[in-house]
Amino acid sequence: MFLLLPTGIVLWNAFRRPTGGFTLSNISALNTSTVRSLFVGSLELCLICSVSGAVLGALLAYAIASGNPDGAIRRLYIAGSGVLAQFGGVTLAFAFLAAIGPTSGILFHAKWYYNFPWGIGLIYIYFQIPLMVLVFLPAIDGVKVQWREASENLGGSAWQYWRYVGAPLLAPAFLGAALLLFANALSAYATIVAWEDQIAYVVPQQISVSMISEVGLINVNQADSLALGLIVMVVILMTGYFLLQRRAARWQR
Amino acid sequence: MAAVSPLSAELSGAETQGPQARGLRAGQRRRLNVFRYLVFTIFGLFFLLPLLAMVRFSLQGKKLGTWSLAAWKQIASYKGPPPLLPAIEVTLELAAITSVVMLILVVPTMIWVRLRVQWFSRVLEFLCLLPLTIPAIVLVVGWAPIYNKIERVNVSALMLFWAYVILALPYAYRALAAGLNTIDAPTLSEAARSLGASWFTVMFRIIAPNMWQAILNALLLTVALVLGEFTVAYLLTYVNLQVELFSISRNTTNAGVLFSASAATLLFGFALLLILSYVGRRLRRGRP
Repeated sequence: MFLLLPTGIVLWNAFRRPTGGFTLSNISALNTSTVRSLFVGSLELCLICSVSGAVLGALLAYAIASGNPDGAIRRLYIAGSGVLAQFGGVTLAFAFLAAIGPTSGILFHAKWYYNFPWGIGLIYIYFQIPLMVLVFLPAIDGVKVQWREASENLGGSAWQYWRYVGAPLLAPAFLGAALLLFANALSAYATIVAWEDQIAYVVPQQISVSMISEVGLINVNQADSLALGLIVMVVILMTGYFLLQRRAARWQR
Repeated sequence: MAAVSPLSAELSGAETQGPQARGLRAGQRRRLNVFRYLVFTIFGLFFLLPLLAMVRFSLQGKKLGTWSLAAWKQIASYKGPPPLLPAIEVTLELAAITSVVMLILVVPTMIWVRLRVQWFSRVLEFLCLLPLTIPAIVLVVGWAPIYNKIERVNVSALMLFWAYVILALPYAYRALAAGLNTIDAPTLSEAARSLGASWFTVMFRIIAPNMWQAILNALLLTVALVLGEFTVAYLLTYVNLQVELFSISRNTTNAGVLFSASAATLLFGFALLLILSYVGRRLRRGRP
């Protein structure tokens, strides 16, 4: 009830005029240069941090998987990933501000801290890597030793093993996990608003601006149409994720 | 390392290596080990340094480079603007209300569905996991008109618990489902029923005590989520702990209390999740 109602309200309001009655103008309002740049900004940020998060997370997951399955390192990293994947938001932005803030950083003063895709991208990667580890580790654990041995017996080098056996097997799981990371970054809001609340770079920021702006609203339904845009993107991503997961599950038994 | 013969590396490696490494020759394995420890160190530093920096910052004295506990003592007495203590109170109350409502709502429903209406379980699972896929920022847009009406009746920030129950639903559901799957609920309930127990007794005196660890897990996850929540409270213009920290960071230059309060929230959250993983491990060890 509390779940379907808000989604319904978003869909309903996205097609309404402020004065009542239905219209498509809210949707066509999405096609202005400001809003386009927001979606481009969102895509840019999500692409950077999901691709690098996925690659780095996969590396870490492989390092974890090749260790002792009951070892302390593995347990530590899995428990840590569970915690850190949830740890986003205001406190995370503060932690990075304390570490590498342009004027207050303890480690060094990063001039690029407020640079749009790179500064915030680094902060996002902080929770993307643990999420990647959690999602991708089962897939790596599913790779059987026998495949490697078979490849060695047939005279395959390490490169050939990864090129012809490992990579094709893990590709669907990897892509699926990357899509999940993308959706995760797309919907993150608290972190970026604690990082910079004056300029709207991504869609969630603009949603909040049109919801609680103090300078009078041009269109009260803008938040709804932006939210609709986000829903559409997330639905596409999640569909892709589930299809890839089903493909990946074929080898995980 | 070079002195180690392939055979002894084989022997010593066999105990510490996981299944992934077993198909490798000794030289490859050595390289793999170097790679692993390099990766662990780099990632460990990446994850730890921001946290340590925050803690160090909160212990900063009046002059740079000195140590002091002043910022931590300020948490309780910080007068603002804006004041911190009421926000902490509200957040803790919210955490309590949300977890109680969650348990009252979800535990009986799940047991009931498991025992009596099996066909409904797929629908329930879908409904409970849906909030994971819909971003909070989208949900809050839809909640805004609802909360407009709620605010006419009651302006307290405690009303946020409706939203938080929804946000925490997927986590609680998965924790509880995992617990419910480890016990044979139908057999237990049939045994209890044939001994003359009422459905109420079956639910609260037979099934629920058998899955108390799962219930505890669900509780802790809910509390952790409420403590870290910012988006919904901020956009519905309520004030909770995270929102307050955010506005302190915008309105004052008192960096110390900001970082000490953040670090305190974080440590509290970590402590909760450590309890959770400890309980989880003991649970697994207790079972054959």
